[in-house]
Amino acid sequence: MSNQMVKGNTAVVIGAMYAGCDCFFGYPITPASEILHEASKYFPMVGRNFVQAESEEASINMVYGASGTGHRVMTSSSGPGISLMQEGFTFLAGAELPAVIVDIMRAGPGLGNIGPEQGDYNQIVHGGGHGNYKNIVLAPNSVQEMCDLTMKAFELADKWRNPVVVLADGTLGQMAEPLVFPEKAIEPKSDDSWAVKGNKETMDNLITSIFNDFNDLEDFNFKLQEKYAEIEASEVIVDEYEVDDADIVLVSFGISSRIARTAVDKAREKGLKVGLLRPITLSPFPTERIKELSDKGVSFISVEMSNGQLLRDVQFAALRREDTHLVNRMGGNLIELKHVLAKIYEIAGIEDENLDTSKRSEEKASPNIID
Amino acid sequence: MSEENNKDYVEQIRRNPQSLLEEYPRKGTNIQSTHYCAGCGHGIIHKLIAECMDELGIQERCVMISPVGCSVYAYFYFNCGNFQTAHGRAPAVATGISRAEDNAIVMSYQGDGDLASIGLNETLQAANRGEKIAVFFVNNTVYGMTGGQMAPTTLIGEKTVTCQTGRDPDYAGHPTHMCELINTLKAPVFIERVSLANPLKIRLAKFAIKQALTVQKEGKGYSFVEILSPCPTNLKQDVKSAQAFIENQMEKEFPVKNFRNNLYKKEPVQRPASDFSTESLDKIFNVNRTKGSGYIDEDIEPLRIKVSGFGGQGVLSAGLTIAQAACAEGKHVSWYPSYGPEQRGGKSNCSVVISNETIGTPVVDDIDILIALNKPSLDQFSQDVKEGGVILYDAKIGEFSTDRDVKVIAMPCVDIAEEHGNARTANTALIGALTELSDVLKRESYENAIKEMFASKPKVIDVNIDVLEAGAEWIKNNQ
Repeated sequence: MSNQMVKGNTAVVIGAMYAGCDCFFGYPITPASEILHEASKYFPMVGRNFVQAESEEASINMVYGASGTGHRVMTSSSGPGISLMQEGFTFLAGAELPAVIVDIMRAGPGLGNIGPEQGDYNQIVHGGGHGNYKNIVLAPNSVQEMCDLTMKAFELADKWRNPVVVLADGTLGQMAEPLVFPEKAIEPKSDDSWAVKGNKETMDNLITSIFNDFNDLEDFNFKLQEKYAEIEASEVIVDEYEVDDADIVLVSFGISSRIARTAVDKAREKGLKVGLLRPITLSPFPTERIKELSDKGVSFISVEMSNGQLLRDVQFAALRREDTHLVNRMGGNLIELKHVLAKIYEIAGIEDENLDTSKRSEEKASPNIID
Repeated sequence: MSEENNKDYVEQIRRNPQSLLEEYPRKGTNIQSTHYCAGCGHGIIHKLIAECMDELGIQERCVMISPVGCSVYAYFYFNCGNFQTAHGRAPAVATGISRAEDNAIVMSYQGDGDLASIGLNETLQAANRGEKIAVFFVNNTVYGMTGGQMAPTTLIGEKTVTCQTGRDPDYAGHPTHMCELINTLKAPVFIERVSLANPLKIRLAKFAIKQALTVQKEGKGYSFVEILSPCPTNLKQDVKSAQAFIENQMEKEFPVKNFRNNLYKKEPVQRPASDFSTESLDKIFNVNRTKGSGYIDEDIEPLRIKVSGFGGQGVLSAGLTIAQAACAEGKHVSWYPSYGPEQRGGKSNCSVVISNETIGTPVVDDIDILIALNKPSLDQFSQDVKEGGVILYDAKIGEFSTDRDVKVIAMPCVDIAEEHGNARTANTALIGALTELSDVLKRESYENAIKEMFASKPKVIDVNIDVLEAGAEWIKNNQ
């Protein structure tokens, strides 16, 4: 087999390069730095552009500039750096520029620590910058998907002229799994109808987010909302595992969904009808599918490493709020199988004396690296 | 003026250069006049830049960046590719454009608040990288668009709406000298400060702008022109006092001169073309497409291994060798490290899961095989080994026993390693034992994994393969 053991962060760079990404701009931050390292190594090997920016604000604005020339471009960071980039997100959305941003989430708020968490959900899925815009958000849960969804992100960014975020976490970035390489590399074609390239064909084009006339800006906002509605109608991707006959459905993405999947297997061994619904697109969110399952009487458990940020979207879709539940960890702790199982058993009304959820795991990330 | 003369006047003097539009449809209303106030310097600077673009024959290659400030609408006027950007970020945006399109001539047009306050970092960093951009810095000592607030370049004693009794250096610092700051950096090719105080100085300003754009035309690097410019509206001046203010006060604080001109000394900066071919990528990532890819479907029980010890004992690389072997056999496998300062001697462990189907959690907390290289990790993880599992540990740790149904093997892995190679390969001796304890993976696969892991250090390969074999022999003889 020619599969290669590859770390998640490296897989991002592989996916980007086979997708025809021409420019990488980034600033160091744990646990996303390896993406920067690998990009600095591989991009110049094939004559592509790499710049270590002076800050995340600069990175995202370099992305804005390079994207405006019609090239495929990206940056990557983690929570604190992503917060700094929010200005750039809204400018990209406002100028309708395609760009790919990879967020390898760490634990917050503030500097927090470098352990894995999913607390960037709200700032990425529900905006974070000013104005009525949305990102498209893809959530990989394996090294293979770190590569494949990064490729997909470039395709969607170009198709919708919108920023696309690959939302992963420290664990996915650090772990290694076999990677089946993309079948072939994409040679990107830029669109001269809007890009500004410094040539005769594109000299009448303008990249801007300014609309001086209030009505023009309102119309543009409505146009954006129509675009988001079309994206919602056509781009939802969800991975379902044992959902069809399930009474209890776990909703989870990223590394949490890997643990949730094992929980489904364990619960099924006990004869419980449990399934996993994994949104691969967090924006657009699989609202319709959750509503449909809710109407069938399914109970939902949001399995997440944040304070119920995913749960709120599940509740919005499920309508029956009382039948949505949360099992979560924060602070850099991975969610543990036993906690997920305990919640499933609680809802199913059965007891398992062997489950001891009182003890917290002792794994710690280093206190020596904080940024 | 006769009608004939008037026509000549309109065509030759009033006519815009080709690089400025004749009318300004992007403005929406009053498309024959600019949005600038009477007496403002921006109109003059726009015209000077556009004349230079015409004269150098670079109009089609030009990309103008409009900042946030009074010149936020520079794109109404310039007849070339245009970008409008966030406040202060123009040099970063310019960097992106220039790196992506090597042939583009990128101009960043910024005021004092944008360039010297909110965008100071981007300004200095782009200059320090020697980006191929021309920066036109319009210094009028005041924020214009937001209504006359103090700027970084406001003079001591000068009154603005946010320093109403005059700028007091004890509270608001001193004027920022951008040419002088940028002149401390090595990379910039051209740095000059000019003034719009009178027609002669305007001619000299044009000469500096043309030099700055010539640097770009020839692809030589970074050029910076600071232009002392009037803002009669916010500084509440008439024509005469605006001119006097520039000449008598601004020019005293900000000397008008050339700081650097390396136009004729500097070699052009060439950037390579991007290669998007599959072949080139396959080469740099060592992709071998003849071997096929994907997963082989076979019936195996999932195997969960934890390798643990101190950082520096090769804990993570041992786990990765096992994972690599599984990967080469087309099995599903995950390797998950507890990440931290391995190199600093802290505790370190990794989980390896091998399966014939999609792996759920990559974290191993019911362990089939625990490989422990130190006592703390043996104590910590031994209780997580499931019934029927195996604990394989470095015999140097000392006695260890458990009353659970777990096979406990103390292996003199350091001795074996020293005998067949060196002590640093003790982790490989343990993997050797693993090849006999579990038949999930072939010995050959481990050997190949070692070859791959140490591809850059071929000397180490043979030693490790010897130790791997010795480890396997030991376990055969001591079970």
